[in-house]
Amino acid sequence: MAVTIDNSPDTVAPAESTFRKLTQRSIAWLQAGPMMLVFALFFLLPLVLVVVVSAWDYNEYEMIPAFSFRGYTDTFEGCVANLPELCTILKTYLKTLKLCLLTWGLTLMIGFWVAYFLAFHVRSKTWQIVLSLLCTIPFWTSNVIRMIAWIPLLGRNGLVNQGLQGVGIVNKPIEWLLFSEFSVVLALVHLFTFFMVVPIFNSMIRIDKRLIEAAYDAGASGWQTLVNIVIPLSKPGIVIGSIFVITIVMGDFVTVGVMGGQQIASAGKIIESRLSALQFPAAAANAVILLGITIIIISALTRIVDVRKEL
Amino acid sequence: MGDKRPRSFYILAAFFAAYVLFLYGPMIAIYILSFQGPDGGLTFPMNGVSLTWFGKVFSGGGIVDIGAAFKRSLALGLVVMVITVVLSVAAGMAFRKPFRGASILFYTAIASLIMPSIITSLGIALEFRLIDDFINKHGADVGLGWLADGYTTAMGLFTSGLGAHLTWTLPFGLLIMFAIFNRFDGRLEEAARDLGATPWQTFRHVVLPIILPSVVGIGLFGFTLSWDELARSSQAIGSVNTLPLELQGLTTTVTKPDIYALGTLTSAVSFVVIFAALSVILMLQARQRRQGSDAGKGMV
Repeated sequence: MAVTIDNSPDTVAPAESTFRKLTQRSIAWLQAGPMMLVFALFFLLPLVLVVVVSAWDYNEYEMIPAFSFRGYTDTFEGCVANLPELCTILKTYLKTLKLCLLTWGLTLMIGFWVAYFLAFHVRSKTWQIVLSLLCTIPFWTSNVIRMIAWIPLLGRNGLVNQGLQGVGIVNKPIEWLLFSEFSVVLALVHLFTFFMVVPIFNSMIRIDKRLIEAAYDAGASGWQTLVNIVIPLSKPGIVIGSIFVITIVMGDFVTVGVMGGQQIASAGKIIESRLSALQFPAAAANAVILLGITIIIISALTRIVDVRKEL
Repeated sequence: MGDKRPRSFYILAAFFAAYVLFLYGPMIAIYILSFQGPDGGLTFPMNGVSLTWFGKVFSGGGIVDIGAAFKRSLALGLVVMVITVVLSVAAGMAFRKPFRGASILFYTAIASLIMPSIITSLGIALEFRLIDDFINKHGADVGLGWLADGYTTAMGLFTSGLGAHLTWTLPFGLLIMFAIFNRFDGRLEEAARDLGATPWQTFRHVVLPIILPSVVGIGLFGFTLSWDELARSSQAIGSVNTLPLELQGLTTTVTKPDIYALGTLTSAVSFVVIFAALSVILMLQARQRRQGSDAGKGMV
């Protein structure tokens, strides 16, 4: 990460300089230790427990520390027997993937052009800061508030329906505007495009402007410059943004719950409902499945670029 | 400057404006609707203008005890903020030297950031449930008998809840620290060292003043991320609720604009914190510009 320049004077004996290195190292340990401890206690250990408990037995009111795959078999119940009819869990995952894909596509499209505008068309630094802040501020407001904000617009008597009826496009309110897959995706895009804009903007701002001038001088059209220079060089940002959006949407249960009117199933919602039934091992088994799928998607994405270099 | 803007500029500017409208439009709608008259409903048109619904929120009339949830969220947010700042700055300093485990810590932080919240939340819930089970079953055997009597749960706002929030705020803090130290001039510290400053003096009088604006930024992130955090709290907070959790609970039951009033209030807190933090940052930067150079001031 960082390079320490050791310019200790020549008079320092080798033993002393080794000692200094040792203290330096232990200071680094002391400095990083508390954060490591927090992650160990509240992130790594819980993850291990999720995996372990997913293989425990359970009954109606408690988990039993005995090896059992009931959590998994219950989850996949009826998956083989009812073929080719899809079982609940597979249907739910397909639906989650569909929501995920739609949200990803839309956030990428919007995020890319917003970042492009900010990075290449806004020329003054001050305006760049002002406009990026403008995009950032809503991110600091509770997600639930930003979700319920759609109710007065999309509801049965909401502004959109009133407007459409007012100009006579429809003669009765459109029902699927709220508490539907449409509203879920809309809310997800509303909430999380920010996570796409920031990393893409970060990649774009690092592109050497002379490359683009060179492309113009060599006779490339705006479109050719975009496809051959800007997009390849913003790829790291696109991948990082995609990882954010995809992991959020795959695990989401709040947005799907609130905007779907508690009617739409998703991977996250399965876990939540298992938990509210106090079926911890079953919830853990579902979490392990979700984790596996998320890891597969992320590792596929990180194959495309070396994200490590970008951070 | 001065050369003609291409057509794409105007198209993208319109697109950007539409995006901003999309971002703010719905939120502004509920801010306006929270001032509905007493007979107003959840949608437009406004039925008079009043502060009725804010009054309802404060008096707690009808809906849950918002005041208590408000105080809980505030207290938790402040504690999360302080811990996030201290641990992030310390870890950020550590990452400037090579140390064993650096990459493990880094990847753990990234993993924590992108882990679906429900999994983290579930894991913490499991962890504390196992602790509870252990104390209930074996408490007396291992000398925790005093604890086992009347013991209910180790879960709570400042145990499991705090941990859950930190898994979300610390990665942000750490990444901001990386950004700071990427453009930090290490020669300033060497100069301090050459002048005989101890490591602590170097940190206190050289490093900290330079990084302070960004440290305020970390605090801002820490507080607002905790203040609005919902998914990670959902399973891991125990029996009490934070404000976002109350809000989420209300979405399914409430049919009156008091939920909008509550939304407006929590947003207002976020905005006050953001603007307070931004003005502190600007102030610190101005101070740095003023005091950054002693050129022309002669010998002191």
